[in-house]
Amino acid sequence: MILLFVSLFTFSANSNAKSITLGWAAWDPANALQELTKEFTAETGIDVNFEFVPWPNFADRMLNELNNKGKTFDLLIGDSQWIGAGAVYGHYVKLNDFFDKEGISMNDFSPATVYAYSTWPKGSENYYALPAMGDALAWAYRKDWFDRPELNSEFKKKYGYDLGVPANWNQLHDMCSFFQGREIDGQKRYGAAINTERGSEGITMGVTAAMYAWGMEYENPNKPYDMEGYFNSPQAVEAVEFYRKLYEDCAPPGHSDAYMVANLDAYKSGQVAFQMNWYAFWPGVSKEDSDGRVSGFFANPKQNVAAATLGGQGISVVKYSDKQDLALEYIKWFARPDVQQKWWDLGGYSCHNDVLNSPSFPTSTVYAQGFLDSMGIVKDFWQEPTFVELMLPMQEAIHDYVVNGKGTAKGALDKIIEEWVEVFEADGKL
Amino acid sequence: MSVKKKFKGLSDKAVAWLFIGPSVFLLLAINIYPLIYAIRMSFTNFYANKIGREPQFVGLKNYIKVLNKEAIWEKMQVTANFMFWTLLLQAVIGLGLALLLNRKFKGNELLTTLIVLPMMLSPAVVGVFWTYLYNPQVGLFNYVINFFHDFGSFDMIGSSVLAPWSIVIVDTWMWTPFTMLICLAGLRSVPNYLYEAAEVDRASKWQQFIYITLPSVLPFLLLALLFRGIENFKMFDMVVELTSGGPGSATELASINLKREAFEKWKTGYSSAFAVILFVTIFGFGNVYVKVMNKIKER
Repeated sequence: MILLFVSLFTFSANSNAKSITLGWAAWDPANALQELTKEFTAETGIDVNFEFVPWPNFADRMLNELNNKGKTFDLLIGDSQWIGAGAVYGHYVKLNDFFDKEGISMNDFSPATVYAYSTWPKGSENYYALPAMGDALAWAYRKDWFDRPELNSEFKKKYGYDLGVPANWNQLHDMCSFFQGREIDGQKRYGAAINTERGSEGITMGVTAAMYAWGMEYENPNKPYDMEGYFNSPQAVEAVEFYRKLYEDCAPPGHSDAYMVANLDAYKSGQVAFQMNWYAFWPGVSKEDSDGRVSGFFANPKQNVAAATLGGQGISVVKYSDKQDLALEYIKWFARPDVQQKWWDLGGYSCHNDVLNSPSFPTSTVYAQGFLDSMGIVKDFWQEPTFVELMLPMQEAIHDYVVNGKGTAKGALDKIIEEWVEVFEADGKL
Repeated sequence: MSVKKKFKGLSDKAVAWLFIGPSVFLLLAINIYPLIYAIRMSFTNFYANKIGREPQFVGLKNYIKVLNKEAIWEKMQVTANFMFWTLLLQAVIGLGLALLLNRKFKGNELLTTLIVLPMMLSPAVVGVFWTYLYNPQVGLFNYVINFFHDFGSFDMIGSSVLAPWSIVIVDTWMWTPFTMLICLAGLRSVPNYLYEAAEVDRASKWQQFIYITLPSVLPFLLLALLFRGIENFKMFDMVVELTSGGPGSATELASINLKREAFEKWKTGYSSAFAVILFVTIFGFGNVYVKVMNKIKER
């Protein structure tokens, strides 16, 4: 009996010593990563345990873990906005020396993703993550409906141009309005499933897709944290007003607190002609096209400028981990071009230039070209250590205006600036 | 003193301490100490997520900030509105159901069991499944309402006018059975001879209700409302799952706002001050309420 206990204990101790835990959000790409990682375990003998947290709780769970210096995770695929907090509060291991030693060059990765997912301060050469999952907010549409001659001719008669990928947000609104309340195949359909979620980051990610396209800047480029006249510029105000119009005219009933899953559900159930969502979901959407549904995909439409809301994440080593060496071994493996190619093949969005610049890449999937286009025009929310404090007032004020219909767009943006000033003052930035 | 005598037996006082000691220790460790710590923090500019940054004493600044913030008063108003309507509806419906179930009829026990089912569910689960019931396209709630009168498509959760009612309805659905059970206990404690005497005096049913039933059940009802009032003042999970405090901040109760300030914005000092203010408010109201309740009982 004693021998049994000893052997069990030894087995447990050994398996712990050769295993690491990776934390990420619970979504399709996480399953692809789990599949990919089997090869890592086969090559190195290191087991990788996964803890995938549903999106609504993802930030809370992970940031609490980091703030408490928790040892649950050795590797974390954290949102792009966390990089500031990860670096400043010392949650993430700085990877420069490791990259130099292992010959991993950030020049091998798409510059937009390196800037967004890896560096702090922004644009510096201090790397706290390896770009792991490129992503941006984009659109899917019912190509099969667009291809119906009777719908196209009716649309053309009304608006004077063909149904197709919208060239700008006005056209997007025209098309969404066209489908709103329309009966197709005996069912009532609606325009677009857009982000309206209140609790985490949903409506902010949605409305910024419009604001960036209208040319909004968060701050004066020559005077950091000076937001007056930039974040609440006339263009920004117009974009927020437009987003409300899109919600009022084109969203399906009850779509007042919707984000990734709700948008997917509305689209998959055939309710809407368009859905706004992350590229991460397009492999699943494309694969599940059935019963005559054919999906088309396009990058965020431009208005005054071409721009898209950045998503995606980098993979970081947690400073409080006791197994940093094993975690770094995983990063070294993950950075390999052949692994990056397999990552894309499995449904992950590689940021490696060898994958993205491959001549076959743009035609490898129906959404690949859109992804390439988007990654060249992405813009992100504040990546400051205080990003959660900055996100919350925006969620509240924008939801209050867009969904609740309270006040004005200018009033909402002014209120957000007021709160942001307070946050930056408390953080010693102002 | 011999060793034998020393351990022969413990005094009554020692035994009493032995029994209450662990409870007192736990009370001090998990209630009193955090309360004192929070009060201390409320006078500082502490941010729990800013590692290595020493909190500085800021005096009453956090309290002044909380009390002067318009948004806080909006949240308090939302909370007061929620409490007023839920308590009123739960008192009226709960008492009505208790009066109904106090009569003897076939299926009484089964009906009682069915009525109390909602309060056995987790508030978070209740919040989630009511989001489906309220769905304007497929929700049962909208279907039932439109069955009686065609209001067309309406969104209980997405409308700033209807959303506050949506949380009142769910809380009432879930917790009226609690008020009912307490009232039922009160009703069953009323001695029958009072009604018999009233019958002899030719009192009408209404007079019996006003002069016997209501005074007898009132202390029980007030007790139930005290519990519900305290619970609803700190209501969080059901509302977060149902509306996330939205649309905008139409259903953002004080407790939800406190959680966001404390554990999302990490304004520990500021949120401690807010928590202390909420604590004093509920403690003050609770004390006044208990005094009134005792006076009613003494009558």
